Amino acid sequence: MLDFEKPILELESKIRELRNASSDDTLNIAEEISRMEIKAQRLIQHTYSKLTPAQKVKVARHKDRPHFHDYIKNMIEDFTPLAGDRLFGEDLALIGGLGRFNGQSVVVMGQEKGADTESRLKHNFGMARPEGYRKAQRLMKMAEQFKIPVITLVDTAGAYPGLGAEERGQSEAIAKSIEVSLNLKTPIVSAIIGEGGSGGAIAIATADRIIMLAHSIYSVISPEGCASILWRSADYAKDAAGALKLTAEDMLKNGLIDSIVKEPLGGAHRQKEKAIRRVQAKISDSLQELSSLSPDQLVEARHAKFLQMGRKAA
Amino acid sequence: MNWLSSYIRPKIRSIVGEQKDVPDNLWQKCPACEGMIFHREMTDNDAVCHHCGHHMKITVQKRIELLFDQGEYSRIKLPNVPEDPLKFKDKKKYVDRLKDSRAKTKEKDALIVGLGRIGGQKAVVAAFNFSFMGGSMGAAVGEGLVTAAQTAVKEKAALIVVPSSGGARMQEGAISLMQMPRSIVGVTMVKNAGFPYIVLLTHPTTGGVSASFAMVGDIHISEPGAMIGFAGKRVIEETIREKLPDDFQTAEYLLEHGMVDMVVSRDQLNTKIGKILTLLMETKKDYTPEGKNEPNGSSEQTPFPDNKDRKEKTKGNVTSLDKARNKKKKAKKRHQSKKNKSQTPSQKTATH
Ligand SMILES: [Zn+2]
Ligand SMILES: [Zn+2]
Repeated sequence: MLDFEKPILELESKIRELRNASSDDTLNIAEEISRMEIKAQRLIQHTYSKLTPAQKVKVARHKDRPHFHDYIKNMIEDFTPLAGDRLFGEDLALIGGLGRFNGQSVVVMGQEKGADTESRLKHNFGMARPEGYRKAQRLMKMAEQFKIPVITLVDTAGAYPGLGAEERGQSEAIAKSIEVSLNLKTPIVSAIIGEGGSGGAIAIATADRIIMLAHSIYSVISPEGCASILWRSADYAKDAAGALKLTAEDMLKNGLIDSIVKEPLGGAHRQKEKAIRRVQAKISDSLQELSSLSPDQLVEARHAKFLQMGRKAA
Repeated sequence: MNWLSSYIRPKIRSIVGEQKDVPDNLWQKCPACEGMIFHREMTDNDAVCHHCGHHMKITVQKRIELLFDQGEYSRIKLPNVPEDPLKFKDKKKYVDRLKDSRAKTKEKDALIVGLGRIGGQKAVVAAFNFSFMGGSMGAAVGEGLVTAAQTAVKEKAALIVVPSSGGARMQEGAISLMQMPRSIVGVTMVKNAGFPYIVLLTHPTTGGVSASFAMVGDIHISEPGAMIGFAGKRVIEETIREKLPDDFQTAEYLLEHGMVDMVVSRDQLNTKIGKILTLLMETKKDYTPEGKNEPNGSSEQTPFPDNKDRKEKTKGNVTSLDKARNKKKKAKKRHQSKKNKSQTPSQKTATH
């Protein structure tokens, strides 16, 4: 539970209690319920209309927020997961495969954080190792070969900081992923659906169109990490969250993403399918926009897009 | 003593900066072997410990100088970028950090770019200045790398990038993150034009710098003992709750794990890179200085004389400047080796 959602959740649980009690069918209770429902609705609206950057970090990381698998289930038909980097192993932190998006063949990939302890461990909390990024490269190249677009769904705290990951060249795997993305002769559309955590995110988010869900975050370092380095204490994570300009609004303002997808009232975790449908619609529009470009034009435009990042002041 | 076995981990970060314990600042203690090094010897040996071979930090100016033939190059002016785009402030304002770093280094940001020759081959070198906010990569560094790449293409030269950086510049938020793909767009221009892209990894190369342009070179070279990795050692130790091997993330570790082509000591860098460039540029003879079909235009505009001229200049007709410099250097070296024997504390010398 998120701290700032507490009053909302308390109100909602009261409403449930009243509902259960209302089998005694007193008119008063029904009235009370509808009065409280309006109040709860207003409270949600109020809370979510003015989320601070630090609160958005919490929403972006919410355990009930729709994850990669939720999107696949709702957005992709005939999903056919493909495993392995052909070099060392399979990485379940970054899932990818073939599927059908709005009837069209696509390669789709993204980090899966997991939904419970067991699946979180299985997916390494969505923190990919070099194998994940090398699999991503393999699938991107396959998409290029078969002239089908790539959709990436980004949701990671970052690439995994581990002994084996370093040993097998985490840096090289991320760098090469970016390079492959930049030069890919097929459209790539990325949606930041939760956390866009630094290098681990950009590795699969160097795209023609970059979409962010409204309460997602995209950052060069976690607010906690930033605070402990620059403020010398993780207690300043709130300040860091503000300073880093990691919200979707800031990202759009700074010219680093292309569009924002509004979240349903109270965040994507309250109405998962609605949120997913909106992301789907935006990806669909983006693919449509890109469909008229030749492979060379795509690459040229992608280079130009990233080349200007940092040139203009917001 | 083998320098590998005497490579002492905890001291690795405290490179230089220990002069205070040493009398008169004339002597410096090697952070790896604790051997005493006389200051002139330090300069003559390009800050490589003559006891154990430990490579210490050198200034970015020195770095760029020792890569180019005869230390000759021309600085490439880098474009300005919007400053402090996020109005970032932690305990200190980013603009003030920039001000301090500029005052300290007399440079605008953490990258300097030079055009010259290496092994007679035209090359653009883009070197990171670790003294400028830890060599962190923000929009200015990204712009510098792109400019370096564009210069290489325009001048039909190789691109050599020399990172020495803690990673992305946090004070520029996601703008600094985007310099990862942006720098690779630059590198791609050089690759597409068919010129070599070499990365010389120096201490330290980590984070967003290591995970972008630094790991997509045609050839990766590293200086001995340089620390190169994605995640910080402490972060990894906290994550896996395990002690890491002593040589973890060193140049030698990367060599063993297939991430770099070779580890080359500082005094061999110019020769080695020169040789590689000559081999790689073989089929690009049209574009090399000796090429018979050199297209008109660009080469004549370069500040460098034709290679043939240069060779003649250095072989037969050494300029007075070169002569003076060589004389001075030789004299210094002679003076140095004599003085060492008498001045180095005998105990210290004996242990090596
Ligand atoms: Zn190993
Ligand atoms: Zn030493």
